[in-house]
Amino acid sequence: MDKRVLMRGNDAIAEAAIRSGCRYYFGYPITPQNELTAYMAKRMPEVGGTFIQAESEIAAINMVYGAAAAGQRAMTSSSGPGISLKQEGISYLAGAELPCFYASVVRGGPGLGNIAPAQSDYFQSTRGGGHGDYRVIVLAPNSVQEMANLTMLGFHLADKYRNPAMVLADAILGQMLEPMEFKTPQFSPLPPKDWAVGNMEARPPRLISSLFLGEGKLEKHNLELKEKYEKIQAEEMRWEGFMLDDAQVALVAYGTCARIARGAVIQGRAQGVKIGLCCPITLWPFPSEFVGQLSKNVRNILVVEMSLGQMVEDVRLAVNGRCEVQLYGRTGGGIPTVEEILERVSRL
Amino acid sequence: MAKVFRKPASFKDVSTNYCPGCGHGIIQRIVAEVVDEMGIRERTIGFPPVGCAIYLDLYLDFDMVQPAHGRTPAVATGLKRVLPDHIILGYEGDGGLTAIGTAEVIHAANRSENITIIFVNNAVYGMTGGQMAPTTLISQKTATTPLGRDLKRDGYPLRLCELLATLDGSAYLIRTAVSSPANVRKTKKAIRRAIEVQMEGLGFSMVEVLSPCPINWGLTPVEAMKWIDEKMIPYFPLGEFKSPNSRG
Repeated sequence: MDKRVLMRGNDAIAEAAIRSGCRYYFGYPITPQNELTAYMAKRMPEVGGTFIQAESEIAAINMVYGAAAAGQRAMTSSSGPGISLKQEGISYLAGAELPCFYASVVRGGPGLGNIAPAQSDYFQSTRGGGHGDYRVIVLAPNSVQEMANLTMLGFHLADKYRNPAMVLADAILGQMLEPMEFKTPQFSPLPPKDWAVGNMEARPPRLISSLFLGEGKLEKHNLELKEKYEKIQAEEMRWEGFMLDDAQVALVAYGTCARIARGAVIQGRAQGVKIGLCCPITLWPFPSEFVGQLSKNVRNILVVEMSLGQMVEDVRLAVNGRCEVQLYGRTGGGIPTVEEILERVSRL
Repeated sequence: MAKVFRKPASFKDVSTNYCPGCGHGIIQRIVAEVVDEMGIRERTIGFPPVGCAIYLDLYLDFDMVQPAHGRTPAVATGLKRVLPDHIILGYEGDGGLTAIGTAEVIHAANRSENITIIFVNNAVYGMTGGQMAPTTLISQKTATTPLGRDLKRDGYPLRLCELLATLDGSAYLIRTAVSSPANVRKTKKAIRRAIEVQMEGLGFSMVEVLSPCPINWGLTPVEAMKWIDEKMIPYFPLGEFKSPNSRG
């Protein structure tokens, strides 16, 4: 077990990736994730790995595609505008069933937006901006410790399901320093990468492709992907509950907003408000069952997001009208405060 | 009787679905011959490109990774970094390399990636129905230049070998054609040299092959070969644009 260290969120993702055996990092500068790229530039040569600063986010994700096709753990990282460009490659990775990991440290949008923290890329991450029927595993940390833990989990799930997996953070989580430790996770054994190209001495040629021409072929492939996605939904939903047992009002929040919402729960409880928090860890698969159950026990749900309403749609789908779901959203770099949340709760 | 001409082992025993007179079949056969002769089949990775050659994996008998349109040099970069002892053999058309993937090929060359690109230049987008490519000649009629490519509106045909030759990272750049048996032999020699350059770790290599597309040019196969010699070569001169002095 490592000792506790003071670590920046972006650096924690990078170090966790290296400790997960990732030896191929392809990046492109964009704020607020630049520390991650710089960390990799320094660390990769130390561990015999490869760091390339690509000519664009498009090139970076396609380099990941190449390294992943050869069966290696590979990653990239960016923020919203860069992820928009990477979506083309992510769609191809998903279609070709190549495992890879990437991190999105979200800034304000749309367009060039600003470089302040935001959660306005929830749709971009969970729905994908890329084309086609596909899903990526989306993990949402709310501390520097979780930035590391969920990065390690992301690499594992990517290999387990031959699917892209990502960490969705924001500018606060990327920039902040917290004490943490790198734990060595105990994951189940992974299947062999008997699909990777290279070294074909004793076997027939292999093809990595997302092309399925011919009648019915793509439908069959997409139905096989759907089966995989359903397995992920059945087995990988993750969430945390806090003081929900007797709660009449449940906050639902992830990432930075989950930290603030936790503060609101503690302060609200001190004032006698029966309030609790549901914190999704996997945004896809979204913990619908848990949120659905929750709606049977509480009077109101308040979704707190740094967006004008993205995760709230998943909450409403899960709740399916069983209780009232409202949104408290800040946008463009605005950060909800404990006071604002409690004031909003008092008006429910 | 001794067999003097046979199908290369690296070319699968199938018919291609190329149009009559298409250059892809010739070029892919050459690639298979070179791979056989060099004994590198088990260490070669190919890239079926978006376009008419998308079924490359049906014809060539080695590992393949199919990238998005124009992204071959970036995907090839990722693969080569993992498998430095493998022969990474890109295969792309003028749309992929001189339009949508220009950034990727320039930067792969500039990083001096040890990869080889076979650039099939037929001055047109073949698979999508004969639209203008950046390499379409001035006045050439295509689906999107029905009155001929207009210099004022569409700019100049793009010469990729000459462009990449300005980069220190490119090691071997050559333009050949498949318009005659002599040119086919020169193309084969060039592809072999390009792979040698990659194996010697000398940097980025590319063979641009002027190739016929009779269907989209509105010509017969024989006329198309003549069109390469008479129209394309004057604008896209054949020859080496960069060559390493590795054995000085």
